[in-house]
Amino acid sequence: MSRRLFQGAAITSVVISLLILFVLFRGAINFLSLIDWNIGLLSDNGWFPRRERFDLRTIIVGSIVMGSVAMLVATPFGLGVAIYLSEYASPRVRRIVKPIVEVLAGIPSVIVGYFVLRFVAPEVVTPIFDPATQNNMLAAGIGIGVLVIPIMASVSEDALAAVPNSLREASYGIGARKFDTVVSVVLPAAVSGLVAAFIIAISRAIGETMVATMAGGFDGAGLFEGWTPTNRGLTMTAAMTNAVGGTDQDVGGPSFEVLYFVGGLLFLLTLTLNTVGNRVVNRVREKY
Amino acid sequence: MAFVTPANSGAAARDVVAASLHRRDRDIRGMVLAALLLAATVATLVILATLLTQVVGESAPYLAERGTEFLTTPIGSNPDQIGIWSGLYGSIFIGVIVIIVAIPMGIAAAIYLEEYADQQRRLTQIILVNIRNLAGVPAVIYGVLGFIIFVKWLAPITSGDTVIAAGLTMSVLVLPIVVITSMEAIRAVPQGLRDGGYGVGASRWEVVRDHVLPYAAPGILTGTVLSLARALGEAAPLIIVGAITGFLPETTLTEKFTAVPILIYRWSGQPQPPDAEFSFTAAAAGAGVVLLVLVLFFNASAIYLRNRFEKVRVGQ
Repeated sequence: MSRRLFQGAAITSVVISLLILFVLFRGAINFLSLIDWNIGLLSDNGWFPRRERFDLRTIIVGSIVMGSVAMLVATPFGLGVAIYLSEYASPRVRRIVKPIVEVLAGIPSVIVGYFVLRFVAPEVVTPIFDPATQNNMLAAGIGIGVLVIPIMASVSEDALAAVPNSLREASYGIGARKFDTVVSVVLPAAVSGLVAAFIIAISRAIGETMVATMAGGFDGAGLFEGWTPTNRGLTMTAAMTNAVGGTDQDVGGPSFEVLYFVGGLLFLLTLTLNTVGNRVVNRVREKY
Repeated sequence: MAFVTPANSGAAARDVVAASLHRRDRDIRGMVLAALLLAATVATLVILATLLTQVVGESAPYLAERGTEFLTTPIGSNPDQIGIWSGLYGSIFIGVIVIIVAIPMGIAAAIYLEEYADQQRRLTQIILVNIRNLAGVPAVIYGVLGFIIFVKWLAPITSGDTVIAAGLTMSVLVLPIVVITSMEAIRAVPQGLRDGGYGVGASRWEVVRDHVLPYAAPGILTGTVLSLARALGEAAPLIIVGAITGFLPETTLTEKFTAVPILIYRWSGQPQPPDAEFSFTAAAAGAGVVLLVLVLFFNASAIYLRNRFEKVRVGQ
């Protein structure tokens, strides 16, 4: 009896996945049947769902630019924290710093969004880069990066912890210094795990919604402003929240149904990244 | 250096070592790397401190003026008079639904996968890979799923875009986290405990109930608390499910709803009305403090629980 009950709970997870696939693909096909193919998905010059202009380039470039800025922030800090905690910090420092980084991981993304609007954009990005608009892809990307630092740090630290101590001891045994041990022995041994951390972090950065919605500079629609990070931009996730937002939900029209199409794209993208990342993590686990 | 004999070799070795120790040969590269790593870590802590200072700093005068009234007033159009009651109501019910739905279900799935399932079977493998993938699905996509299933299909049960639909959506969102953390906790139970139970003739369910679950309980509790914190802080799926960002006359289970993170989202970008003393962003910061207190309390207790029980286990 209990066995059946537990099995049912486990199988529910598969049902959830199937439902996600079903919902997204049914909606995406519906969307594609509704839009005006004379304009198409790629040929226009901006994302204007209410006017039924869906230029995919606008939201894909927005996601790439903000994701790249986020990774430029998260990689050095996340990796630095991971190497420091794993190879350099004394147990006492580690005991204090690690929980603090975990606190950062627990900060809700809306609060980081508020932080970008009230501090990062006006106090950091505007004085240094003097952008045309206070809210832009750079400011939002930095915020997303802050959110991704803890993930980057914790997956990287797991990768470094998986390197057997015998490798470090062998290195010290032949007279290598700490620098050479870390750079020439530990990091190469952990490289696939670090790559996995990077991939999983990219997936999180692309899927991050609130900061991009709040601080990207556009309110759901806008002209394509190019690749420059100090310009405004729209991510795929921001396009999704904005398709629903507003007081009148035009359920059934293309400006709402685009939610499923963009959701489907985002799902495929993050699933691919996560699958590659997880596979690399597993290979590391088997190696040691 | 003099001729080395077995009698004076110790002294010679000491001289060589002393000479190499006193040579001016600093490890510059090593020190630079250590300094950079320390700088990255300190910078991360500074970012966290700046964020907390900004939220607390902007909200302090506002919260001092408003007091507990801020918690008990519903939302409105004047930042001097608004409160987060509507949001708290939504967030609390979302938390309760997650506790009722996601947590028992996640623990049950974890028990099945660790204690009952044949790990070599194809179905088990599929479930395991699937759960790991679900954990990586962006939150906003769970919003789309929740909108179709709980708001549209199950409208007779949830009455559409209500706090019930939102709670169920959040339950689906945190389910993989509950399963994964509970599985880890169950896996850490020593095999000897199970063997002891089977040795005296206990059934599988009895072993799970009386031996495995009590031993794994702290680990499971940690995962549970973490998932609750996640459910309270997440905003994107709620927007998709249809949380109200503007005016909300009543807080009931069967009407439209809102939640604390949604209020922060809305107020952060709202311009200050000309006749108001405080800005909407001050109210957003105030709501941010409330959300941070809630979420960080859950997170900190999870981290504390985990560290405490790790220590106890190691001590055994």
